[in-house]
Amino acid sequence: MSAKPLLESPLLWITLTLAVFCLAVWINRKAGRSPFLHPVLVSLSIIILILLWLEVPYQTYFSGAQFLHFMMGPAIVALAIPLYDNRQRVRRLLLPVLSATLTGAVTAAVSAVVIGYLSGADRVLMLTLAPKSVTSPIAIGIAEKIGAEPSLAAGLVLITGALSCLFAPFVFRLLRLNDHAARGFTLGVSGHAMGTAYAFEYSALAGAFGGLAMGLAGAFTAFFLPVLLPLLDWLPG
Amino acid sequence: MVIGFLALLLCQLAGELLVVWLELPVPGAVVGMLILLSLLAIRGEAPASVRQAGEGLLSILPLFLVPAGVGLMLHFQLIAANWWSILLALLGSTLITMLVVGVLMKCSALNPGEQGETHER
Repeated sequence: MSAKPLLESPLLWITLTLAVFCLAVWINRKAGRSPFLHPVLVSLSIIILILLWLEVPYQTYFSGAQFLHFMMGPAIVALAIPLYDNRQRVRRLLLPVLSATLTGAVTAAVSAVVIGYLSGADRVLMLTLAPKSVTSPIAIGIAEKIGAEPSLAAGLVLITGALSCLFAPFVFRLLRLNDHAARGFTLGVSGHAMGTAYAFEYSALAGAFGGLAMGLAGAFTAFFLPVLLPLLDWLPG
Repeated sequence: MVIGFLALLLCQLAGELLVVWLELPVPGAVVGMLILLSLLAIRGEAPASVRQAGEGLLSILPLFLVPAGVGLMLHFQLIAANWWSILLALLGSTLITMLVVGVLMKCSALNPGEQGETHER
């Protein structure tokens, strides 16, 4: 009983989140940076288990951990810095970069929604699938805006990132895509930050293009998804 | 560092205000990102304080995603009832997207031999 005020203070939940995250980074490193043991996936699994074990509701946890959640906003703003650093490359390759970002971002969202629809997803689930290729902070922001489930959207984003890394060697071999800039860009559009991290393992150039693709695709998706959403009402059923 | 962080917050605040005033459907932070990008372009460089604060935040960005991600625990039933649909959509859509972007890259000016300056990370 005496620990009750502690349960309601942010200190406990922020400390827990940081401690578990450090552990998750260590586990990920030990596992050779496998995308399926991404620190965020490992952290949220461990914290969920702890909360279920202690019978602490998510709302109690989030009332403390929201201070970390808040930092996502300024971090999204900070994505402008890597975008700015790549301005020369973007200017030189403006047309291919813009067309590939637009096409890729629309393909990612529309294909997820259509496959979801065909396999019987309801409206909220379709909305939640739509931002799945967008970097999580932007995806959470989009989900909050369009009435999807933000935390489920964040989870789907992470799984999509892991899948993109998994598919990458196969896709690149199939298309004989050997250029590092092109590989990084493909990974960034589809697999956001996780794809970008994977691209950095090819080269710094691949990583820079991954980061560029992630930022552009995230911003595009944030603008076009809310515009495309009314089309959902045209779907039969 | 503090000034840099203040700059990020001010950009986000301006973004959130624009979203409210113009009734934009976009997250305020994304508008804030575009505002910062314009400011950097006008200024012609990223001030050291902004770079320090921004790159510091970006280096631990994954940590900030955890609190929202833990919210998955609220959706176990939704996932259990729709896991087939979710799995199919994620697998199919990810593969389609990578193939489409990969083919576009293959046909575009991003061909072998294209060299850019190295990134600063």
